Amino acid sequence: MNEKNVLEVVLPGEFIAERNGKKIGRGVYLEGEKVYSKVLGIPRIEEDEISVIPLAGTYIPQVGQKVIGIISEVEISGWGVNINSPYTAFLPLAEGVEEFVDISRTDISKFYDINDVIYCKISKVTKNKIVQVSMRDFGCKKLREGIIIKVTPTKVPRIIGKGGSMINLIKKKTGCEIIVGQNGIIWLRGERKDKAIEAILTIEKESHIIGLTEKIEKMLGE
Amino acid sequence: MEKKELLKEGRRIDGRAPEELRTIEMKVDVVSRADGSALVKFGNTVAIASVYGPRALFPRHLQELETCVLRCRYNMAPFSVDERKSPGPDRRSIELTKVIRLALEPVIFVEDFPRATIDIFVEILQADGSTRVTAINAASLALASAGVPMKDLVAACSVGKIDGTLILDLNGDEDKNSEADLAFAMMPTKDKVTLLQMDGNLTREEIAKLLELARNTCKKIYEMQRSVLKEKYRRVE
Amino acid sequence: MIEEKYALELIEKGKRIDGRRFDEFRKIEIEQGIIKKAEGSARVKLGETEVIAGVKMDFGTPFPDTPEEGTLVVNAEFTPLASPEFDVGPPGEDAIELARVVDRGIRESKCIELNKLCIQPGEKVWCVFIDIHMINDKGNLLDASALAAIAALLNTKIPKVENEKIIRGEFEKNLPVVFKPINISVCKVGDKFLLDPTIEEEKILDSKLSISVRDDDKICSLQKQLKELDFDDILKMIDIAVKKSKEIRKMLG
Repeated sequence: MNEKNVLEVVLPGEFIAERNGKKIGRGVYLEGEKVYSKVLGIPRIEEDEISVIPLAGTYIPQVGQKVIGIISEVEISGWGVNINSPYTAFLPLAEGVEEFVDISRTDISKFYDINDVIYCKISKVTKNKIVQVSMRDFGCKKLREGIIIKVTPTKVPRIIGKGGSMINLIKKKTGCEIIVGQNGIIWLRGERKDKAIEAILTIEKESHIIGLTEKIEKMLGE
Repeated sequence: MEKKELLKEGRRIDGRAPEELRTIEMKVDVVSRADGSALVKFGNTVAIASVYGPRALFPRHLQELETCVLRCRYNMAPFSVDERKSPGPDRRSIELTKVIRLALEPVIFVEDFPRATIDIFVEILQADGSTRVTAINAASLALASAGVPMKDLVAACSVGKIDGTLILDLNGDEDKNSEADLAFAMMPTKDKVTLLQMDGNLTREEIAKLLELARNTCKKIYEMQRSVLKEKYRRVE
Repeated sequence: MIEEKYALELIEKGKRIDGRRFDEFRKIEIEQGIIKKAEGSARVKLGETEVIAGVKMDFGTPFPDTPEEGTLVVNAEFTPLASPEFDVGPPGEDAIELARVVDRGIRESKCIELNKLCIQPGEKVWCVFIDIHMINDKGNLLDASALAAIAALLNTKIPKVENEKIIRGEFEKNLPVVFKPINISVCKVGDKFLLDPTIEEEKILDSKLSISVRDDDKICSLQKQLKELDFDDILKMIDIAVKKSKEIRKMLG
């Protein structure tokens, strides 16, 4: 029984729809009143917005997103953070540490050192994509132990699922602590993290297939 | 001096009709380390393209504050031709690197990635004529599969003249012995030309006919690119 | 930066910084025979843009598939003295592209009768080296270089040979040149075509098509540069180039 259970993919330059007053979302561009796709992806025509969800692509930081970063540099009044993007972020001292710090006497690597993994928030992105992050937000913390994996950032929504349904399923069935960064970096801690990783990588590979949830449930069932 | 007879009773040495393409093969995701990649074959001409990026660009003085920098490299493998080609860029490869980059740049939304770079690497593994257009077709597929935002794909082909007859898709022998050869690339849905190079001897009318032939062929090549990209995400259970 | 924006504003209004018409070249000056040590030479000025082409001839081996034909090599140097944007070092991609486009115009037009440059079939032929040096880059180096190349060739004499040695400074006869290919770069800004861009205008061009035209209006080379071209503009640009090439060819006498 052959059944095409896939959403039709669009190409860059392919016509999506007439604008009709709708908002222009991500992954599309406007020529006159016609909306075209910018990327290889799945089109979404909603009541108030037209967009295309890319199937691949690099992470471009957006203010408000929570990401997992790795400290790449210890500077004088802050830290350089690798956020899996062409753009390295900066974590200023005041955004990383609550207490008062005398930088002339303190080696700030005692707070965050090279290769430390942190869960932080994108607090500012300038026009030229200079990025600042902050630890001052709910849930932001240093992530100790555990391991990190990288997935295509555009697959993160599918991995999290509607209202967190998919990721919660994986957490429940494997008993792992999992934090998913919007930048495609995922941190896991727990005995059965290999099962969790398998599930996550399957979602990444087959995110465009309908019926994926059932497949993952089955995979984690045992 | 013996001149090679390229056309015999209306058929080319490889048996093709004047306006017939060679067998074309296209595949994506052939280099798993790359962000996007593709393999394209036009007959015996084989090109592999890899795309890395957008990614950080160092040293910093190379960065453009408001746009992405596109870096391109066209290279022919030493074993790709009859007489071994010394490794490394020669003048022809340097010129082709430039024209290929300029064939792709107009479609990329470079303003979306200030200060970053996108690297496009194309290797010619087998050269039997029309290598630059094969390279462009591969690079275009690689860019799309890497998720690089673009206005359109880019489709390319070669046309020319042998023994007074206008032909399509020149192979190696035809390339060397043609009266004219023209390399052409365009944005298939926008009617914009991003590569146009010709050397030889043509009247204005011959150029007009060749341009039409090239444009129509690029539309066919675009259909092939479309189906290989859509196929990547198609799954039948 | 300010001048470029100004150039664009003017062009949109139908004017150019120096008041020229859109299809007008700057003042063209061609001077031949200026380099005494070269077998042929020419200096070309397009307004303030200046290039010098020198032709040297030497013995060489023919290509295996053309054993009775002389050979041609074209090189271009973007000499650092000509512009703050030129670096010291071997030719970069722009210099290489320029040399190869000029080469195509000369080679594909068959303007040099290479079959008259055979000394010993399959073994020894004359090799014609054209070297083009930029002296001042005020825009449109390509057209200036192509013009300098053909002007230098028309000025070239084949050196005398005695006992298989080249006697420099003494000549046998003129280099056999039968056509005068002219390269015209047709540029587009917005919806306007323009010729012979100045350095400021070059920075705001949308696209450019360089066309090499022979005396009989045959097109010997095309090279699209910069951004994309509208399909329908291509033939229009070729027509502009063919028309202009006749005017410029007259200057070569």
